[in-house]
Amino acid sequence: MCLGIPGQVVQIVDADNHLAKVDVSGVQRTISVRLLAAEGIAQGDWVLVHVGFAMAKIDQEEADLTLEAVKQMGQAYYDEIEAFDSTAII
Amino acid sequence: MKFVDEFRDPAAGRALVAAITELARDDEFKFMEVCGGHTHTIYRHGLEHILPKNIELIHGPGCPVCVIPMGRVDDAMWLAEQPDVIFTTFGDMMRVPGSRGSLLEAKARGADVRFIYSPLDALRVAIDNPDKQVIYFAVGFETTAPSTAVTLVRAKELGVKNFTVFCNHVTIVPPIKAILDSPDLRLDGFLGPGHVSTVVGNRPYRFVPEVYGKPIVVAGFEPLDILASVHMLLAQIRDGRCEVENQYGRVVKDEGNPQALALLAEVFELRPHFEWRGLGFISQSALKLNDDYAEFDAEIRYRMPGLRVADPKACQCGEVLKGVIKPWECKVFGTACTPETPIGTCMVSPEGACAAYYNFGRLHRETALLVGQPTTR
Repeated sequence: MCLGIPGQVVQIVDADNHLAKVDVSGVQRTISVRLLAAEGIAQGDWVLVHVGFAMAKIDQEEADLTLEAVKQMGQAYYDEIEAFDSTAII
Repeated sequence: MKFVDEFRDPAAGRALVAAITELARDDEFKFMEVCGGHTHTIYRHGLEHILPKNIELIHGPGCPVCVIPMGRVDDAMWLAEQPDVIFTTFGDMMRVPGSRGSLLEAKARGADVRFIYSPLDALRVAIDNPDKQVIYFAVGFETTAPSTAVTLVRAKELGVKNFTVFCNHVTIVPPIKAILDSPDLRLDGFLGPGHVSTVVGNRPYRFVPEVYGKPIVVAGFEPLDILASVHMLLAQIRDGRCEVENQYGRVVKDEGNPQALALLAEVFELRPHFEWRGLGFISQSALKLNDDYAEFDAEIRYRMPGLRVADPKACQCGEVLKGVIKPWECKVFGTACTPETPIGTCMVSPEGACAAYYNFGRLHRETALLVGQPTTR
């Protein structure tokens, strides 16, 4: 439930509304980066994604590590990616 | 992937286990991992078998789906079955059983229940369906609550009128406190939750060492994170230290995420009580929408059955004290109200009527009922 899955910011979609497109395991969807607005998010940053929100900025190593750990979860990982794939945040 | 390999390095794991074994000596230790994610890692990697036998990991209450009481699930189903309602929820919650089955079964019976990935998806459903009422079933600890907060702020900005939230967000500190207050469980320390702490930081756990004299280490989710955290707990105990430490510093900052905390404060306020499955009622352990966001509160817009939910009226201590009813005639006796998680004063003191009856009389009565004897006592 508190699953955080790493994604890389590929595009700032709407800066005013804090929306960015992230790539999670090859699936690209729009998420909210409002919780990290103070830190500032730029293209290329890695973030921990939870229910359509960037929760924390992470480095590449942490991203690799976390992705590996989440993939180890098997079905939970596929469910998360499938759910992420279904999102239609505006 | 070099870093990943380092975190799975068997040699590093063996070295840590050796160091843990040395620090533990022959003493017995019980550490609770608060977070369900840690429980997963522990089982997934068989850590309970790798650790020396005198170190026991106790699984804590940190699974937000597991702690939602049946009454709230019933309320969710009631909401889902109202006319012209689209009820949105995380997939996890679809299968949680209430007393009349699950949301999945409600959907099969014709209710419009939709599973969504994000609360912002629920808001989207509302915008796309202006002639329907869209309700979002919000569950989760402080990891998830900020996402609901942002969604509500956005709903207000956009002036969305057909969107409400059935709020079941819970907070991590009160159950830890309830567990520490329980006389049944002797714990030597805690593995603190990783992702909750990205939001709340490390400061809220200070009461654990300062008030209860137990160490706590906020831990990551890799097997070596867990082992390293157990080692840090033992090192604290052997050094005579007792403090909050952060093993997961590569993600968790001491101050947490101030922006997320500010958003929580803007939208939510603490509930006086909230019922937890298995833990009973815990005061100030959950969030509700504050007055500024009352228009989005499903609990205000709909008159739900609300059975066994944070209702102080359920406690009949007054009647018990006055001799109007016997302890077992109180609706919450022995279910929501127990000595570990009392609702009323009669269950708090060991000399209270309810506590005494709970501890000593209850089994006699149940036996008597079983064999058909009169049960006036």
